[in-house]
Amino acid sequence: MIKVTIDDIEVEVEAGTSILNAARKIGGEVVPPAMCYYSKLPGTGGKCRTCLVEVAAGSAADPRPMPKLVASCSTPASDGMVVKNKTSQRVHDNRGAVVEFLLINHPLDCPVCDQAGECNLQDLGYTHGNATTRYEEERRTFEPIDIGDKIKLHMNRCILCYRCVEVANQLTNQRVHGVLNRGEHAEISTYIEQAIDNDFSGNMIDVCPVGALTDKTFRFKSRVWFLKPMEATCACTKCSGSVVLWMFGKEIYRVTARKDKYGEVENIGDKTAWICNECRFEKKDLAKWNVIGPRVIDRHSVISQGKYETNIEPTIKKLS
Amino acid sequence: MNNRKLLLENIDIQGIESFDIYRKNGGYRSVEKALKKMSPQEIVEEVKISGLRGRGGAGFPTGMKWSFLAKPEGVPRYLVCNADESEPGTFKDRYLMEKLPHLLIEGMITSSYALGANLSFIYIRGEFMYILHILEKAIAEAKANGFLGKNILGSGYDLELRVVPGGGAYICGEETALLESLEGKRGNPRIKPPFPAVKGLWGCPTVVNNVESIAAVVPIVNDGGAAYAQIGIGKSTGTKLISACGNLARPGVYEIEMGMTVEEFIYGDDYCRGIANGKKLKACIPGGSSVPILPHFLVCKTAAGEDRLMSYESLSDGGFASGSMLGSGGFIVFDEDQCIVRNTYNFARFYAHESCGQCSPCREGTGWMEKVLHRLENGHGNMRDIDLLEEINKKIEGNTICPLGDAAAWPVAAAIRHFRAEFEWHVTHPEEAQKRNFGLIQQMVTA
Repeated sequence: MIKVTIDDIEVEVEAGTSILNAARKIGGEVVPPAMCYYSKLPGTGGKCRTCLVEVAAGSAADPRPMPKLVASCSTPASDGMVVKNKTSQRVHDNRGAVVEFLLINHPLDCPVCDQAGECNLQDLGYTHGNATTRYEEERRTFEPIDIGDKIKLHMNRCILCYRCVEVANQLTNQRVHGVLNRGEHAEISTYIEQAIDNDFSGNMIDVCPVGALTDKTFRFKSRVWFLKPMEATCACTKCSGSVVLWMFGKEIYRVTARKDKYGEVENIGDKTAWICNECRFEKKDLAKWNVIGPRVIDRHSVISQGKYETNIEPTIKKLS
Repeated sequence: MNNRKLLLENIDIQGIESFDIYRKNGGYRSVEKALKKMSPQEIVEEVKISGLRGRGGAGFPTGMKWSFLAKPEGVPRYLVCNADESEPGTFKDRYLMEKLPHLLIEGMITSSYALGANLSFIYIRGEFMYILHILEKAIAEAKANGFLGKNILGSGYDLELRVVPGGGAYICGEETALLESLEGKRGNPRIKPPFPAVKGLWGCPTVVNNVESIAAVVPIVNDGGAAYAQIGIGKSTGTKLISACGNLARPGVYEIEMGMTVEEFIYGDDYCRGIANGKKLKACIPGGSSVPILPHFLVCKTAAGEDRLMSYESLSDGGFASGSMLGSGGFIVFDEDQCIVRNTYNFARFYAHESCGQCSPCREGTGWMEKVLHRLENGHGNMRDIDLLEEINKKIEGNTICPLGDAAAWPVAAAIRHFRAEFEWHVTHPEEAQKRNFGLIQQMVTA
């Protein structure tokens, strides 16, 4: 076990833990935002640079500060390390700059984007963004494309976090999409618009931090904050079957995996509760689910503004 | 100054690219000496003593890099030669490989032996396809003469050497992107740590060295590290290949001893012979496009008034405020007619095109800088844009995964620092800016 100090709060973590995960152990405001890192997908992180922190002392053995800001998601903490996140003006300025960079080519079409209300970039823009833009040029644009019959890709909104690439690498048996081109022209795409057809491909929608990958069965049906999230399970042979149903009245609008406060799919037991495409896209009939009860949503989230109450009797049968 | 040549000594000999003539002129002596008389550890020590610093641009001591190489049991180690030379203004490695392919092969054999690698790679830029053929021919010749393959010179040491072409991306010159590309993946730089010395090619300990660094191992082994360290000045030891280009009377690749004055290099009869067409020096980029530009009054003298020397320390004297870097030795000279704004735009366009698009500051920032500079260059800019550029490059610098972000930010920052008046002139004189003859403006401002 090693001791790390983040924003003057000391925490004890296992050796090899990243700074970000050490901060998550403390929780609250000291946690740097993360757009590309996804703790459930090894190999993600280091790309978006929103989680930059200042290391004021490298370790107890070598207390020199690190000259550059470091990506907290991919830098391992060491014993006696002193990290500044909230308390560093430099971190605040540079994180603001990263948000500005992420937004210069973002279409800011939140009013028509299905992700609005549960979008990491929206949250980040709210906390670190500027009120106006200094970008006068034309934004880069792409045509939205269908990847498979259930997923729509809006490349305009993409921030190239590579999470969906890792989902395809790690959850499905074959990856048929990836990053094409370079630099500003880099885009997520399937090669020659090949369809992504795989049992677990729908998880790409859940891991997408912005509205680049959206559920075609839900597109333009409703704003998320008008819906009531209900936890439910079903006996699925392919996946955990633990989902959140997004309902309006007794109608299921969409099905997602259960996400925690960092926007990551929750663990059930020691396994990450990814859900299969059948649960996500096909089971829109309430009779197929055992509804457990309302999903607890952070009260600061816009989704909580609906003050949802349910008129559906929880059908708590035998739940393990 | 009596200039010794260590690498390019035999370059003018007819047919030096063939094995027989190269061997007759003292080639492959270092392999014989290393394999028969020296242990790998002794070679690493000699390289450390020599003070050789990486010639690819960063100037990290090669001996130290070699000693960082992890040596776990039962895991292969690799040596990779970085021949992905694609920085604008740098063309020394191409010249070396084209004219003296056996020098690189010899250096690769000796260095691989020192590092205990049994399979080594030369990762070469895709555009250098004709050099790939030259190198492959040289490797076949070396193999036929028993300098490569199984049991080299009866020493029991085996080495396989392969030349792998890249796709022509600048980013694949970054060592971890190079390794990704070598593994057959998209050339995205890796997140460090772990460094290649611990986890490199296919997860095995790997050393990545520039062509010139590996070639310099040959004279170090032949004559000893101490003799190499005698040449040069201070911590900049040995000789350096400088690829001089731009408005020079005699551009080309020169091998110089470290510590020569910049003035002699530009104006000396043995070297560049001054500025072409009798024009005046306006600015100089001493180490390839990614290092800061220097205005004419800081090229030959430092800010303190001392002579500027061709060495790592002297060129970076004064930090970024009044200095630059030796970098990869791409010496670019501008005469009084050249437009710094246009040049800066050209570089920004290059970096925007070559950014891999992995991390956000570089992906978005380089493209943004390019667009703002395009506006300024074409007379559509305003004064705010100059401050905006400064702001953008400050936010890219240091916040990216790999040094390409810094390399993109530094030239723009330095151009604004030293030639702000010219940027402003572009804003205030949009019509004249289109005519592109405004080099004298800066001369008048600073003279």
